[in-house]
Amino acid sequence: MPNITYIHPDGSREVLDVPVGTSVMRAAILNSVDGIVAECGGEMMCATCHVYVEEAQMPLTPPQSDDEKAMLEFTASERKPNSRLSCQLAVTPEMDGLVVYLPESQV
Amino acid sequence: MADPVVAVIGAGQAGFQVASSLRQEGFAGRVVLIGDEPGLPYQRPPLSKSYLAGESGLDELWLRPEAFYEKQEIELITGEAVTAIDRPGHGVRLASGRTLECDQIVLATGARSRMLPVPGAELEGVLPLRTLADADVLRDRLAQVRAIVVVGAGFIGLEFAAVAIAAGAAIHIIEVTHHPMGRVVSAPTSGFFTEAHRSWGAAISLGTGVSRILGDGRRATAVETSDGRMLPADLVLICIGVVPNAELARDAGLATDNGIVVDELLSTGAPEISAIGDCANFPTRFGSTGPTGHADTLSGHSRVRLESVQNGVDQAREVAARIAGKRAGPYDKVPWFWSDQRDLKLQIAGLTAGHDLTALRGHPDSGSFSVFCFAGDRLIGVESVNRPADHIIARRMLVGDPHLSPMQAADESYDLKAHIGRRR
Repeated sequence: MPNITYIHPDGSREVLDVPVGTSVMRAAILNSVDGIVAECGGEMMCATCHVYVEEAQMPLTPPQSDDEKAMLEFTASERKPNSRLSCQLAVTPEMDGLVVYLPESQV
Repeated sequence: MADPVVAVIGAGQAGFQVASSLRQEGFAGRVVLIGDEPGLPYQRPPLSKSYLAGESGLDELWLRPEAFYEKQEIELITGEAVTAIDRPGHGVRLASGRTLECDQIVLATGARSRMLPVPGAELEGVLPLRTLADADVLRDRLAQVRAIVVVGAGFIGLEFAAVAIAAGAAIHIIEVTHHPMGRVVSAPTSGFFTEAHRSWGAAISLGTGVSRILGDGRRATAVETSDGRMLPADLVLICIGVVPNAELARDAGLATDNGIVVDELLSTGAPEISAIGDCANFPTRFGSTGPTGHADTLSGHSRVRLESVQNGVDQAREVAARIAGKRAGPYDKVPWFWSDQRDLKLQIAGLTAGHDLTALRGHPDSGSFSVFCFAGDRLIGVESVNRPADHIIARRMLVGDPHLSPMQAADESYDLKAHIGRRR
């Protein structure tokens, strides 16, 4: 199973084995990773599953839809070029080793 | 002194969020979350969408796994109803007879499906869609049924119809008003969705009620409409709205009127009892005080009761912060809603009921447009179909006074994002 690393704003990290097809958001929820709220459940309505993807690994992630681009306007923490909604990052074998940084706040 | 105890009654999205936010706000007392449904707290929106369609499973429905509640020290009581609030005794009584002493009570009791008061409504195959148990029954039935009559063309009825027709069933939607989703959307949006469902193959009868449901003695076989037609049906979905669960509050002597009446802090008349989410009737500055609103004599605001994830979650955060002693201001979040029907995503910002003017941005023919709804010269809400950027901008605009004119709204070359920038 691909492993995904979540780095908290204080630098602490959690590493999860995530089944292919499960989103980076859902894996965090199922494993009680703090810092992912996901209030809409992955419908691209809330922007509370915002993460920053390790910049060098951006090419491993799927392209952004118009919905995701629009919703990223609504993040509580600053939007950066490597901002993504983690509900849109369904894990693929190529994403093994992906590192995501959790923002200071989601709401 | 013993640790303070908060009892949260109702373990839906709002109840879950209060419990969770109390911990985020640093509340150190006991948090007891009590729900009458079995199992872990779950999300309702997928029940009429991906879960119903079999595209997502239980793992995606749970709000959090069981371990979360242990880690956060949230005491979860499920499958047991609260039967009474004992105000003099500072506690609540549960169905098993046991009592729980508590200092604060948050009512997040939600709402239940309204029943259709006609002969035959008790037949097998006449079903509501509100709970996980309801959705499980429907998910199983969808594989076998041939003809479905959907009574009520609100969000849930139409979402169900979109899934069911894709599963191969013949669908007839009947709606007593002339406007599907008319309680929450404008005429252009309502008309667009009506035509979309027809193009997918559904029959739709507007201005039509149900006289009775016929059966073979046990199971439903047909629906007789108010205009005397017989519509064959081996499944009848009843989705004609909900009844707020306000009885606990009423029996405790609290004010109820289309839900549990609360003030701008979401507090009931009793200082130790708050109410949030689908069951709470609260004052709001959003929407219009027009034909559908009731002006509150104290605040001059109208009162509403909203059924949405946003409303439940945002009100939960507000009450949790107040109980934790972090902040206590009036609840004032922009309402938003969404509905997925096949390839159409409807997003609503604000409350559009009571508008007297609409401006279209984009063309319904293209399948992507927004309806900007005005009351007088004030923008009160925006309905977007497959136009997520408009929706997000609208949510930002409605935080303050948007000062947007209908002409600007309808002019696609007018930059709405820059408009917000100028207002700041």
